[in-house]
Amino acid sequence: MRRTLIALGLIAALLMATGCARRGGNCPDPGGAIKVGVYGDLSGQTSSFGQSTKNGVQMAADEINAAGGINGRQIQLVIEDDQGEPGKAATVVQKLVNQDQVRALLGEVASSNSIAAAPAAQEAKVPMISPSSTNPKVTQVGDYIFRVCFIDPFQGEVMAKFAANTLKAKRAAILFDSNSDYSKGLIQFFKQGFTKLGGEIVAEQAYAQRDRDFTGQLTQIRSANPDVIYVPGYYQEVGVIAKQTKQLGIKAPLLGGDGWDSPQLWDLGGDALNGDYISNHYSVDDPTPVIQDFVKRYKAKFNGTAPDAIAALAYDAMMVLADSIKRAGGTDCQKLRDAIAQTTNFKGITGVISINSDRNAVKPAVVLELENHKFVYKETIQPDTGGGTTSPSPEGSASPAASASPAASAQPSASSSPTANTSGGNANAGATNANQ
Amino acid sequence: MKFLKRLLVAVVIGLVLYALNLAMSKEGLFGIGVPLYQVDLWKLAGINVILAVSLNLINGFTGQFSIGHVGFMAVGAYSSTFMTVYYTQGLEQSLAGAVGAGVAAAIVFLLVIIVGAIAAAIAGLIVGIPTLRLRGDYLAIATLGFAEIIRIVIVNTNRIGAATGFRGAVDPWPGRVTIPAYTNFLWIGIFDVVTIVIIYNIVNSDTGRALISIREDELAAQAMGVNTTRYKVTAFVISAALAGVAGALYGHWRLPHPADFTFVRSFEIIIMIVLGGMGSITGAVLGALVITFLPELLRQLPGEVYNYRLVIYAALLILIMITRPQGMLGGREIGFNWLKRAQRRPEGDTAVGADKGVPIAERDAPTADHAKEVENR
Repeated sequence: MRRTLIALGLIAALLMATGCARRGGNCPDPGGAIKVGVYGDLSGQTSSFGQSTKNGVQMAADEINAAGGINGRQIQLVIEDDQGEPGKAATVVQKLVNQDQVRALLGEVASSNSIAAAPAAQEAKVPMISPSSTNPKVTQVGDYIFRVCFIDPFQGEVMAKFAANTLKAKRAAILFDSNSDYSKGLIQFFKQGFTKLGGEIVAEQAYAQRDRDFTGQLTQIRSANPDVIYVPGYYQEVGVIAKQTKQLGIKAPLLGGDGWDSPQLWDLGGDALNGDYISNHYSVDDPTPVIQDFVKRYKAKFNGTAPDAIAALAYDAMMVLADSIKRAGGTDCQKLRDAIAQTTNFKGITGVISINSDRNAVKPAVVLELENHKFVYKETIQPDTGGGTTSPSPEGSASPAASASPAASAQPSASSSPTANTSGGNANAGATNANQ
Repeated sequence: MKFLKRLLVAVVIGLVLYALNLAMSKEGLFGIGVPLYQVDLWKLAGINVILAVSLNLINGFTGQFSIGHVGFMAVGAYSSTFMTVYYTQGLEQSLAGAVGAGVAAAIVFLLVIIVGAIAAAIAGLIVGIPTLRLRGDYLAIATLGFAEIIRIVIVNTNRIGAATGFRGAVDPWPGRVTIPAYTNFLWIGIFDVVTIVIIYNIVNSDTGRALISIREDELAAQAMGVNTTRYKVTAFVISAALAGVAGALYGHWRLPHPADFTFVRSFEIIIMIVLGGMGSITGAVLGALVITFLPELLRQLPGEVYNYRLVIYAALLILIMITRPQGMLGGREIGFNWLKRAQRRPEGDTAVGADKGVPIAERDAPTADHAKEVENR
């Protein structure tokens, strides 16, 4: 018993020794280099997302530092690996916030990890910008949580507009993944948008993840004779669906979302995918000069690797943060939060970004055509700010001008990327204007 | 006298935990506090201790190889948070009027922890009865399958947040918007102590003797009249209930997410007990602490080395297992003098060599040499 007590006493002493530095009152700007925490999956199953995020942020920070920093202060990145697990993401953010005392956070890609980590950032009042978590729930965690990508429901609207306006489709069929919130959210907004534009939903069929035979659903769809078929699932099933669609002699093109975006899609679907379309964040093939310049700089820095959408979004997230720090005149947590919230018409690589009152980005999406194992840039679709719909691309997305923007900046644009995760049906796609 | 002594120990432990909890709270103890990042790790370590010590009852003392422990943790986490979110708000409010908000929250939390433990125990019973008739590999596969089933059910159940994790009431159903963060270090510490006391008492009772006899030789135990299936199911259910408690504590601290309840986590718990020493309670505690803190310590590595920290981590584990294949403590216990009192030398002990005259619970786990020795006998 005596030894038990000694052991307990030792543990207590150890705790006290590590103690002391109590957090609190570090909201005011401490001055000096600006510490920015980056967390992502660098060693888990989705580590390609984490690596792209890291590269994008690193490149942006290096460019800012090379240009003299923000108001003469350098950016210092603290990068942590969360192994793609929500629990680890929460721990890592505690470390970044409390041990490293970062002034702002960038991360994660997978929405579930962002949702798990966000409460720690919110509690410590450290602004967090997620580059590429598209689930609406992420920014609902609190008023210090932002994102620079569009949210899932917006993609549904984008495809509805594209189908009705560009493809002149009148009759659409839907085939969705009944297990995925992401898929369900997308079809809900596709239906709304498509019927509003005068179209008709002629068939609606569901499948489950890991199904391998879709001929039953597709036969039903064929008899409804649609002009287009909306299939907002993940690439594992979509590839097979595309094959079986062609086998059944269905000519209507398939439409999808960023869940299709994976090199594996081609292994499964092959040539059957030609002529289908997806919505995505950006395309490397977008001819806009700013994007092509970004692609060139990125390739030069990272041994010829082309930047995927995740990397471009990460770059934009860092740039939006830098712009906000500049406007806030430092990193006082309250002022910085307000500055991020007031971001309006920031010209990023992935489009003109405005943060709305839900702390989501209002920005354009791109539509890509699938052609011989490549995603080919087709057009850019603007968010709905009043009436504007499609704008055939090359000239990019000129939105009303405004607001400061730092070093590099650009416009809408191009390529591939998956954005992990599912979404709840929560509305608020494009319709909101920048304000706050 | 004995009772008074125990009461004293309980009071002292309680006070120490209370002080630690204060030190880990946001305000700190006398203005001194543990940094919040380390608080997070200590909480995680505390929950891991419950998981490791409870799994040790099955894997270490009963000799059954279960690799689905995380499934019971998930059942506990989701059933307790489900109750918190959808059914306890009214109760907490009405209690708050009578006894104050803090006590009301504590009562509600205790209730939902019990719900989590019971749900996990029932799951343990349902899985245990058919599968514990299996042996060795078959049991391992069955428990692994169970844990995966639980996870996939969660992923597909909208009311508990499905694949995005459970943060609070899901749309059409009314309830709390977010899961209240009831869990603090005091709760975790108390349940650590409770778990250790429960497992210690079981192991040192006639039930424990029966369990150890099953581990040593199931056929012989059966021949001696031990109802092996019944004892195995009992151990399994108790272990599952404690994992459910760990799940409930976890669920009211971080939001439960199906990605945190994969088989990888099950293996992490197994590594804790193998590393600490199968069949040693203090070994399991030590293993849990090492597995929680080691990877986080390696985060402090500088620059390029950081990228290889998981390699270093794995290498360190291999090194420990090479140098101490029986685990850090083997089958021994440390630090608890009062543990030893009950460990009298078993009667009719036929052990030879190093094990001669050593109480069973203190012996090293059988090694390859030992197996050979038995064969040659």
